[in-house]
Amino acid sequence: MNTEAISAAGHAIATPSFAAADAPPSRPWSGANRLIGLILPLGLALAWETAVALKWADGRLLPTPSRIVATLAGLAQSGELTSHVLATLQRVALGFAFGVAAGTVMGAVSGYWTLARRLVDPTLQALRNIPSIAWVPMFILWFGIFETSKVILIAVGVFFPIYLSLSAAIRGVDRKLVEVGRSFRFSHGEMITRILLPATLPTYVVALRSGLGLGWMFVVAAEFMGAEEGLGFLLIDGQQTGRPAVILASITAFAILGKLTDWLLASVSARFLTWQDSFKPAE
Amino acid sequence: MLSVTQVDKRYPNGVLALAGLNLTVAAGEILAIVGGSGCGKSTLLRLIAGLDSPTAGRIALDGTPVTAPRPEIGLVFQEPRLMPWLTIAQNVAFGIRHLQAGERTRRVSESLARVGMASQSGRWPRELSGGQAQRAALARALVGRPKVLLLDEPFSSLDALTRGDLQEHLLDLWGDDQPTMILVTHDIEEALFLADRVVVMQPDPGRIRTAMVPPLARPRDRADPDFLHCKRRLLTDLGHASGVARHPVAASV
Ligand SMILES: Nc1ncnc2c1ncn2[C@@H]1O[C@H](COP(=O)(O)OP(=O)(O)OP(=O)(O)O)[C@@H](O)[C@H]1O
Ligand SMILES: [Mg+2]
Repeated sequence: MNTEAISAAGHAIATPSFAAADAPPSRPWSGANRLIGLILPLGLALAWETAVALKWADGRLLPTPSRIVATLAGLAQSGELTSHVLATLQRVALGFAFGVAAGTVMGAVSGYWTLARRLVDPTLQALRNIPSIAWVPMFILWFGIFETSKVILIAVGVFFPIYLSLSAAIRGVDRKLVEVGRSFRFSHGEMITRILLPATLPTYVVALRSGLGLGWMFVVAAEFMGAEEGLGFLLIDGQQTGRPAVILASITAFAILGKLTDWLLASVSARFLTWQDSFKPAE
Repeated sequence: MLSVTQVDKRYPNGVLALAGLNLTVAAGEILAIVGGSGCGKSTLLRLIAGLDSPTAGRIALDGTPVTAPRPEIGLVFQEPRLMPWLTIAQNVAFGIRHLQAGERTRRVSESLARVGMASQSGRWPRELSGGQAQRAALARALVGRPKVLLLDEPFSSLDALTRGDLQEHLLDLWGDDQPTMILVTHDIEEALFLADRVVVMQPDPGRIRTAMVPPLARPRDRADPDFLHCKRRLLTDLGHASGVARHPVAASV
């Protein structure tokens, strides 16, 4: 019946090497390739669901995916989920923005000026080794129990990977490119914005992504230290009221939001990195 | 006129790369510098470009000392050194960033057209062949219309055919504005094909051994007996310069 498809398939089988070498991967296939990543989580969820349904396992302490989804749906319906998500997102966004701004400025300055580096780097390296949770009591003391201390805690977490990667990356920029800037009499500002920052952009994007990941970790810590709303609050609430489904609903929301924001960051930055001449693994 | 007077250069590690070097280059002259590896050719060029400063002595362009990079002096490095995150046109525009956008675009396309790269202006450096990348680097150095163009072995990484092409091209380009050109090269043929004067340097410490004004009419022919004669003389000078004992026959030709 569908002779076209059959002959096409036959052709592909007859000359597999040509098909692989010549044909660029078609759109639907590359879409499907991306969905491969869903197999593992969905498969695990389905297995657990089945195991509990067949009474092979007890779903009380580890609720089934369907119960987690139902809990999430219930929270969404009452509008609670939206306010928790918005509260957490706002904290992460603010903390991330401040952390990135400070990390970028400090990283650029200490990467560029040896004097500045000698001045601030030892202190920052020492501070970096303090687990940020250790700051919580002081931050509460200094900035109060409300938003400010939370945002600052997140910003501190985001700051270090950005600062460290950027200052190291700037010192690693090819001297030969810097010399081109010198031969065109670039000012310090031009040198930083036109050569050093673009050259370090690939490293910087990786730093932004790990900073964002840390931001999501720190928001939980921040919300543990007393919050009236937010996904971390939801988690604590689930623990205190003995509802594992709520805890897992909150964890799921964290996972999804973390993944989404990382994807957003990665795809926005990919547009600025098309110039890269880097290794592209085969499909 | 470019003048290099009694210049010494000692690197921080103690290496005396240049000692008591004197050199005068007339406006519009094409000067080639040849010499063995490590005799200070790149060092000299970097000093003239203002990228580095001499330990002693003076470098001046038209009477003004060169102490830092200057807009009238253009430089082509041994490697293209294009910024990988900028297109070819943006790379070329690096040299005239102070101009207004419209004027800049015009000058960039003009400069790319001069090196035969007009159709490549929107491409990324990674998409160019070695010769194309070196042309783009040449366009970037030329776009600011320098009075002095310094070239440090600009074609040494290219195959003989492309190199020959670019050498002829360089002469065409020189014909437009007639900048002073100082060309460092390992290739004696290249030096003789392009230069009004060829300077032979010798190492330890780097200084000038001899200079030759090849008595050759332009356009030059690499197979011309006079050309070959000049080439043999330079080879002999170079042999002495690098301290290698040459075969007596080669020396007596
Ligand atoms: N940055 C530096 N620090 C210390 N010594 C250097 C430096 N650059 C060059 N030298 C030394 O100075 C001398 C001259 O080097 P230079 O690069 O000028 O040689 P060159 O004539 O360009 O050689 P080549 O033909 O191999 O490019 C060499 O002995 C080299 O080891
Ligand atoms: Mg050299």
